[in-house]
Amino acid sequence: MTNTTPDVHYLNCDKGFKSWFWTLDHKRLGLMYMWSVIAAFILGGIFALLVRMELMQPNMGIEENAALYGWSKELGPANLYNHFFTLHGAIMVFLVIIPGIPAALGNFALPMMLGAKDVAYPKLNRFSYHLWLSGAIFFVLALVTKGLDTGWTFYAPYSLETDTAVVFATTGAFILGFSSIFTGLNMLVTIHKLRPDGMTWFKMPLFLWAIYATAIIQILATPVIGIALLMLTIERVLGVGIFDPTLGGDPVLFEHIFWFYSHPAVYVMVLPAMGVVSELLANFSRKPIFGYRSIAFSSVAIAIFSFIVWGHHMFVSGQSDLVNVVFSALTFSVAVPSAIKVFNWIATLYKGSISLDTPMWYALSVIWLFGIGGLTGLWLGTLGTDIHLHDTYFVVAHFHFVMVGSAIFAFIGGVFYWWPKMYGVMYNETVAKTGTAIAFIGFNLTFLPQFVAGSKGMPRRYFDYAEEFASYNFWSSIGAMTLGVGLVIALYALLKSLMGERKAAPANPWGAVTLDWQCTSPPPPHNFDHAPPVDGPYDHELVRWNEDLQGYEPVDPVDGDPNLARMGSAKLA
Amino acid sequence: MTTASADAPGHDDDHGHGHDHPKHLAHHFDTLEQQFGSSKLGMWAFLLTEVLFFSGLFVAYATLRANNSEVFSYASSFLDTKWGAINTVVLLISSFTAAMSVRNAQLGETSKLKRNLIITLICAGGFMGIKYVEYSHKWHAGLLPPGLENSMFNPETPWIPEAGHHDTDYLNLQRDTMDMAPAERVHFMTTLGRFFGVYFFLTGLHGVHVLIGMGVISWLILRTSRGEFGPDNFTAVDLVALYWHLVDLVWIFLFPLLYLIA
Amino acid sequence: MTAHAHDSHDDHHGLGHILPVKLLAGVLAALLFLTVLTVITGSTYLYGFDLGIAMVIATVKATLVCVIFMHLKWDKGFHAFAFLGSVLFVGVFLAYTLTDTKQYQGDVRSFGDDVSLNSPFAQPLPDPHPSTHDHEDENAEH
Repeated sequence: MTNTTPDVHYLNCDKGFKSWFWTLDHKRLGLMYMWSVIAAFILGGIFALLVRMELMQPNMGIEENAALYGWSKELGPANLYNHFFTLHGAIMVFLVIIPGIPAALGNFALPMMLGAKDVAYPKLNRFSYHLWLSGAIFFVLALVTKGLDTGWTFYAPYSLETDTAVVFATTGAFILGFSSIFTGLNMLVTIHKLRPDGMTWFKMPLFLWAIYATAIIQILATPVIGIALLMLTIERVLGVGIFDPTLGGDPVLFEHIFWFYSHPAVYVMVLPAMGVVSELLANFSRKPIFGYRSIAFSSVAIAIFSFIVWGHHMFVSGQSDLVNVVFSALTFSVAVPSAIKVFNWIATLYKGSISLDTPMWYALSVIWLFGIGGLTGLWLGTLGTDIHLHDTYFVVAHFHFVMVGSAIFAFIGGVFYWWPKMYGVMYNETVAKTGTAIAFIGFNLTFLPQFVAGSKGMPRRYFDYAEEFASYNFWSSIGAMTLGVGLVIALYALLKSLMGERKAAPANPWGAVTLDWQCTSPPPPHNFDHAPPVDGPYDHELVRWNEDLQGYEPVDPVDGDPNLARMGSAKLA
Repeated sequence: MTTASADAPGHDDDHGHGHDHPKHLAHHFDTLEQQFGSSKLGMWAFLLTEVLFFSGLFVAYATLRANNSEVFSYASSFLDTKWGAINTVVLLISSFTAAMSVRNAQLGETSKLKRNLIITLICAGGFMGIKYVEYSHKWHAGLLPPGLENSMFNPETPWIPEAGHHDTDYLNLQRDTMDMAPAERVHFMTTLGRFFGVYFFLTGLHGVHVLIGMGVISWLILRTSRGEFGPDNFTAVDLVALYWHLVDLVWIFLFPLLYLIA
Repeated sequence: MTAHAHDSHDDHHGLGHILPVKLLAGVLAALLFLTVLTVITGSTYLYGFDLGIAMVIATVKATLVCVIFMHLKWDKGFHAFAFLGSVLFVGVFLAYTLTDTKQYQGDVRSFGDDVSLNSPFAQPLPDPHPSTHDHEDENAEH
């Protein structure tokens, strides 16, 4: 028996642009999300590289830079730099990281993990994607009209004064917010209502718990940034005097309303990443995950705690001393569930039968990177140290370790994990791992020096800096380019697998026990005729390696155990 | 499958989406209960989103009011309690007819359903009509957010009415601020301006929700005319009614907060 | 579908609970009564408790709408739990921002004092412009 791609699957059951653009199939929407997010990631990445080029040396020639970037000279490189870091941040946050795992991988994998035919609201799901596209169009409009130089946070009063395309960008972010809300709503209802017979809450794969916790935040917090941006837009257009100090308004209020969402949003980015890592570590250690319940509960706990700590972004913004102290103290509460997760991951590795496939490389990278990102967060949550470190490169390095090092690395790991299921092909492990290694090294080289520069006082968001920071910035820029090279190699490994002679993927190349690996690769249009029977998501005894298939198959029912028999007789769709 | 759904109509052991699937059941659900429950849960999740969406504005209102309660009491005297109260009654009645519509749909009383939906729509239209009367009065009297040209609170070039022409509110304000110290008067006037900023924003956003509600209620009326609703298929009526009640809930708080704080 | 999907349903007559007309009408009557009550209490001086009383009445009205009109009494407990949860988060949001804004209000005021002399409102409000409208027009408006 050899692997053959099934004749009819979701990729070829319908053809043409319309069949994709108007599809209701969660798998197709997931793929379109994935490629859209990757496209936005490349755009945001280009801006990141432009930022690092400007900062590679101090006192970069002013006129030369403007010419180098090919932008109008009257903007001036300092202004240009403001546009670059703003667009980098806004694109990466709103277009890439927030939809990255929940919308792209969540859409693709979540219904299959439930043995369901689709999400609860397929039309709403398509609408979410179309909203994402509209939001992206507004961002592109902002980019090609007057640009954006407020920073991704749109702080008043500057965002009310600048003559750049703030309204386009806030409208785009508003629309993207609703895209995110509807995705979260869809996932929440799907998890509640479409779980198959026998899948109790505590038999769900941890990825589902993570997406569930994320959905709570998306539903409860994202509308608040919607209203914050709407208020900002109306303030700019009509002048209602809520945020604008020249009308008697209160800019600190904007920060409160903004961070009420944007702090929980950090967990919209990182919780799904934690879910992916939990899946990867359990499956590639071939061992039930350690402390299943504590990981599940810690996801929900993080979601809840994330709502009561937003003020730690505002320690130096005019927030009162009393509230500063309270927020600083409460911030530490988030560290507890985060640490529980890392502890459980490491305990899962212990005495596991670890196979170092590409997704596992990303998962292991995330443990390291999230460890650093999380622990440096404690210093920033501490009021005293934060006053010194606030708005320095220490903060920049910290949140890149969390957002890129955890969220993006987990996203890429997830893409490599589900790629055989998405396209029914295996990629070249050597090329893929090379990309991972280079990206990992590049990432650390980029951001570790920034911790040092920041702690020595280099402020963020400046287009130039004192000579003493030159070497940190030089190595950081070299690291950024290395990271870029690594990511390009990773993308090449994926694209290469689709071209030329394809290596067909088995239904279950990794030996995972979750239901998504029980249909063919790629899956049929409706995934399953009936949800397969469910047992523990990490009971790796239920599958075993089959040399002919080059993949895993359910354990033969004659072995006697009734559970195994059930698993074995599961009809593969 | 749960025991409750195992004997439900359309449950089908051989093919997932076979020919005896009920008419109103989408292919990815097993039973009508599951589909109905999903719709309800999704709508409630959306309502939570709406609650938090409005919360940002309520926070803006609350902080402004907490720091300037005297000015706010004064400001609400510019609003006409009579119109606010009438609008509250109109909206409560529409909420009642919306709840009745759900009952009618559940019982398959199509003509009553249509009548109740039309009353709901008329009440919603009446609400917006009264809002229009209130807005246009304030527009002419210069009681507007401070950023607008024709606002008497504009900090650059305050609008000044012509004598005898929509100048009652202005003259009252002129009289009441006459004896204030300069800094106090500046604070008073800018705070009043912000009150009207918040007032128009809150009522405007609520009004947009009413308009959206009118749109979906019209859609329900159209579908009722086609005889689509009945005991097996009333989810759309139920969900729109839930939305409409939320719009009502927001107004239940807006009315005392804006009109009754004198 | 889940074992939990049906656990909090009180009854299974069709898909949802049907409310009697009397109950709905009674709730409407109560809501209208409370509206009248809040208008009356709102227009009398209540020794600083005006806002509190108005909010209590509004909350009672809101509860009636939620529990009866929105079927929460007969609906799944999870919906009520989630709705209360969202109200709790709004409460957290309000509590923090109110605490904070009260604390730093002094700074905001002092900023306002600095700019106040440049404001046109530093002077008493000027008289209205002389009218360019004739009297008939004005009478029509009022």
